[in-house]
Amino acid sequence: MAHALKEVFYEKPKQALGAHPEDARVSLSYLSIAFIALFIGGVLGLLQGLERAGLMQLPPWLNYYQVLTAHGILLVIVFTTTFTIGYQFANLSHSLGGLLPKVRKLAWTGLVLMVIGVALVTTTIVMGDASVLYTFYPPLAASPFFYIGLVFLVLGIWACCFGVFINYRHWRKNHPGEPAPLLAFFAMGVFTLWFFASLGVTVEVLTLIPWTLGWKETVNVLVARTLFWSFGHTLVNIWYLVATSAWYAIVPKIIGGKHFNEKLIRLVVILLVVLNIPGGFHHQIIDPGISLSIKFLHVFMSLSIAVPSLMTAFAMFHVFERTGRQKGGRGLLGWLKKLPWGDVRFLAPMIAMISFIPGGAGGIINGSNQLNQVIHNTMWVVGHFHITVGVSVVLTFFGICYWLVPYLSKRTLTKKMNKVGVIQTIIWTVGMAIMAGSMHIAGLLGDPRRTSYTTYKDHPDALSWIPYEYIFAAGATLLLVGVIIQVYAVFHMMFLSPKGVTEFPAAEPVADAAPAPLWTERWGLWVVLLLMVVAMAYVVPIVDMIVHAPPGSPPIRTW
Amino acid sequence: MHRLEETWLTVSAGILIIFMFIVGYQTFAMGMGPPSNKETIDPQKVEETAPFDHPGVFKVGENKYEVVMTMEAFSFNPDDITVPKGAEVEFVLTTKDVVHGFQVAGTNINAMVTPGHIQRISQTFDEPGEYLILCNEYCGVAHQLMSTTITVN
Amino acid sequence: MAEKHLSHHSQSPEKNNNEDVNSMKGTMVSVGFVAAVIVVMWVAVFWLYMARV
Repeated sequence: MAHALKEVFYEKPKQALGAHPEDARVSLSYLSIAFIALFIGGVLGLLQGLERAGLMQLPPWLNYYQVLTAHGILLVIVFTTTFTIGYQFANLSHSLGGLLPKVRKLAWTGLVLMVIGVALVTTTIVMGDASVLYTFYPPLAASPFFYIGLVFLVLGIWACCFGVFINYRHWRKNHPGEPAPLLAFFAMGVFTLWFFASLGVTVEVLTLIPWTLGWKETVNVLVARTLFWSFGHTLVNIWYLVATSAWYAIVPKIIGGKHFNEKLIRLVVILLVVLNIPGGFHHQIIDPGISLSIKFLHVFMSLSIAVPSLMTAFAMFHVFERTGRQKGGRGLLGWLKKLPWGDVRFLAPMIAMISFIPGGAGGIINGSNQLNQVIHNTMWVVGHFHITVGVSVVLTFFGICYWLVPYLSKRTLTKKMNKVGVIQTIIWTVGMAIMAGSMHIAGLLGDPRRTSYTTYKDHPDALSWIPYEYIFAAGATLLLVGVIIQVYAVFHMMFLSPKGVTEFPAAEPVADAAPAPLWTERWGLWVVLLLMVVAMAYVVPIVDMIVHAPPGSPPIRTW
Repeated sequence: MHRLEETWLTVSAGILIIFMFIVGYQTFAMGMGPPSNKETIDPQKVEETAPFDHPGVFKVGENKYEVVMTMEAFSFNPDDITVPKGAEVEFVLTTKDVVHGFQVAGTNINAMVTPGHIQRISQTFDEPGEYLILCNEYCGVAHQLMSTTITVN
Repeated sequence: MAEKHLSHHSQSPEKNNNEDVNSMKGTMVSVGFVAAVIVVMWVAVFWLYMARV
């Protein structure tokens, strides 16, 4: 009773009055960094597209691989990380009735650590001392400050992870017998996965630092690659989990419907957390030094991550159909016409979801053992992650901005801004479709990824790829236009849009829904299962790589 | 869980299992698995270690060839090689420095070559022509120039 | 246009209104499309792989 009163007096009014101003400041700061990173990363993306197609020559002080390293790190690490933290902390603040003061402090600490990290990393890249791409495979050795910068980035992420864990635990303690709100549950999944995924790459980076400083002569290249990918692929799945939090728990509200069965949503989150980390191994399907049976075990583990996504496909279509039919949509597909296509808060995540159909299908191909030989390190892979991360994730993030930013800045989304968003979404979709589409085809023809403009001594095969590369450049041009519009929209909604109250569109369950089962809150158990899956996947191959290790490699600089 | 959702998950998981069965059968019953050789070598002593002390193209049987090749930033040794039409060629590869990728455009030859490891990959060349061999893993400032050819006639 | 055409099929909307509201036919068609994309793309790359063996 006392607890219920407390909720009415303290928590409900907070929600009714909109975002807690101090929490909003945390989220807005992270989002600002995210969109500055997006802008710079986007400009670099266009430079690359033009250089790759031979349409433009970079000045002598700027190298293609330098640009590529910065593009990768700014977009696939800085943009996604800072957006995720800004968005997830807003979700937590909203659904748990505000952040705890010490959690807010952790979030600020995280921000400072990340800014230091990004500053170190970008400085080394700009100085030309870290043209190692965002995968930094040894024995390519960057300046030690590059890796030290990465350590700061990881520490910043950990500060945020601990903040989430503390706030979540606090809420659960004060609400005995209640499952946490759905959005908080998603946040817990995201940060749990993030913390455990980052352990492998942390070990890798900590071994590379003494190696680049000359304190350690050689490094085990295969172990480093394996540790990297245990993190690398999980990272993209973390962004994907963040995007699905909006698909499941926000989009239904925007279209005027109710969310899917909460037990099944939670099951999807748990499966993604438990199964995810071994998925990265499929990046090493054509590596030497790993036996066929271990690789096949990992084919199974990689493909098993598809199952929760197949559940998501069903759930989302069901929510759309139910809502569309309640609004009078009839016949087999009439419900589709009842969806609010003109609302950017729906249109952007909807296209993101549709993009995940070919994106997920491509992922299944990439993980299908020897089929990997057809596409490995070709432009196909670049096309693949531009429709998965670049559309499924990023377009969802863009769509989130149109309610999250005005909600946080206590402003409103105007009709005009909605229209800007719709146009942005269309430009982004067309740009990505032609760029990623042609990348897929060029890749199947053999065009390699991560390669500066070349005709390979005018070999006819290489010349046949050039027309596709023109299309990459055309797509990249459209995408930069999209980036500029999006950055404008975000900062406009942050500082210039008319003042007002914007609702936080958290979806609710259907009227007669059963409450979410408490067993889903057994996070200790999910972590144990996660560690068991990781052990099953990695102990045997890593021990084998160490026991049967060849002499290691010294640091090498080839740029 | 709704009955129709169960149907969907059964069907879709079934599709994944069929895919796995196909690639698994090819891998373990037909020897078509991805390149996964486990021999090792000291990456700093490649030139002194057999067989890489004598890289080249060697005839090992009736229209069967072995290509012993080293990769380094930014070249292949030997380069511009020639084999007869219909030759079954096994490439034996290692790197003297960083990670490289060995790809022959338009074929299934695609293998990572990591320092300390010897990679092996085979292909039968039935179609005559000049095939493009390229490095498909970023290896440094002139990575885009790292290519050679294999001529089949 | 498409909507009109579709509603034409269910002649008496009032009679089977309830049934239609709870229908999951559209969901099944949609996930069927997902399965088709997965199979078509996979088979295409598999075919390319086999053509290059």
